[in-house]
Amino acid sequence: MAEPMKIRATLQGDVADIRVLMAHPMETGLRKDAAGKVIPALYIRAITAHLNGRTVFQAEISQAISRNPVFAFKVKGAKAGDRLEIIWEDTAGDRRADEVTLGAS
Amino acid sequence: MVNRSRRDALRRVGASGALFAAFAAGVIRPSPALAARNQSAFDAQTMAEAMRSLGIAGTVESQDIQIKAPEIAENGAVVPIEITSTIPGTQSISVFIEKNPFPYTGTFDVSQGALPFVALRVKVGESSAVRVVVAAGGKYYAAAKEVKVTIGGCGG
Repeated sequence: MAEPMKIRATLQGDVADIRVLMAHPMETGLRKDAAGKVIPALYIRAITAHLNGRTVFQAEISQAISRNPVFAFKVKGAKAGDRLEIIWEDTAGDRRADEVTLGAS
Repeated sequence: MVNRSRRDALRRVGASGALFAAFAAGVIRPSPALAARNQSAFDAQTMAEAMRSLGIAGTVESQDIQIKAPEIAENGAVVPIEITSTIPGTQSISVFIEKNPFPYTGTFDVSQGALPFVALRVKVGESSAVRVVVAAGGKYYAAAKEVKVTIGGCGG
């Protein structure tokens, strides 16, 4: 099971400023190990963010995203107490979902 | 009653108790974007081919897309990029790194309640243009920024 994401969300008016760090190797499938064997591709391919269960942000990404991906995005119409959930899914079908409550420190 | 395929699916993802609870509560749903992933665009080895696969045509160069990226990146494995669009009705932001083996890096859908902004960190294999395409109102707008990657961290 993958490690939890680190999610930081700060409210500025009704805009939630979100920054998320995901623990993931993001293997491209182009690298070789010491023995010259190709390391198989394994990377996060999709990300979804929900605000109180409603989808507000979606991304489809490739192996060109750096290892341990960091993304920032902004969600409008947010307020303190709203639940923000972020989900990623990788090419092996592994998933990770984490949640924060806005305005809580 | 046991739903066999659902059980198998849960086993495959190595479901922890928390994840199982999330499934049961209906918190995790299959997203339409996942089903619609355009794999041929991701597999394309040239930017033109990737754009063709995505149906991006007739792009207009725009000053209303701001790309913040280092002019010289010492470490091509982690290049921070920040994109802001001020084009009204921006629906999505797509990123291409022209000289990467697979130029299409991803699409960020901001049409459902996010502001037209995204920051990410990408791998840039060699000095290359980072090209951004914004979809807004059925049209495509583009901007680009050059990123130089120094080899061994001491070039220039």
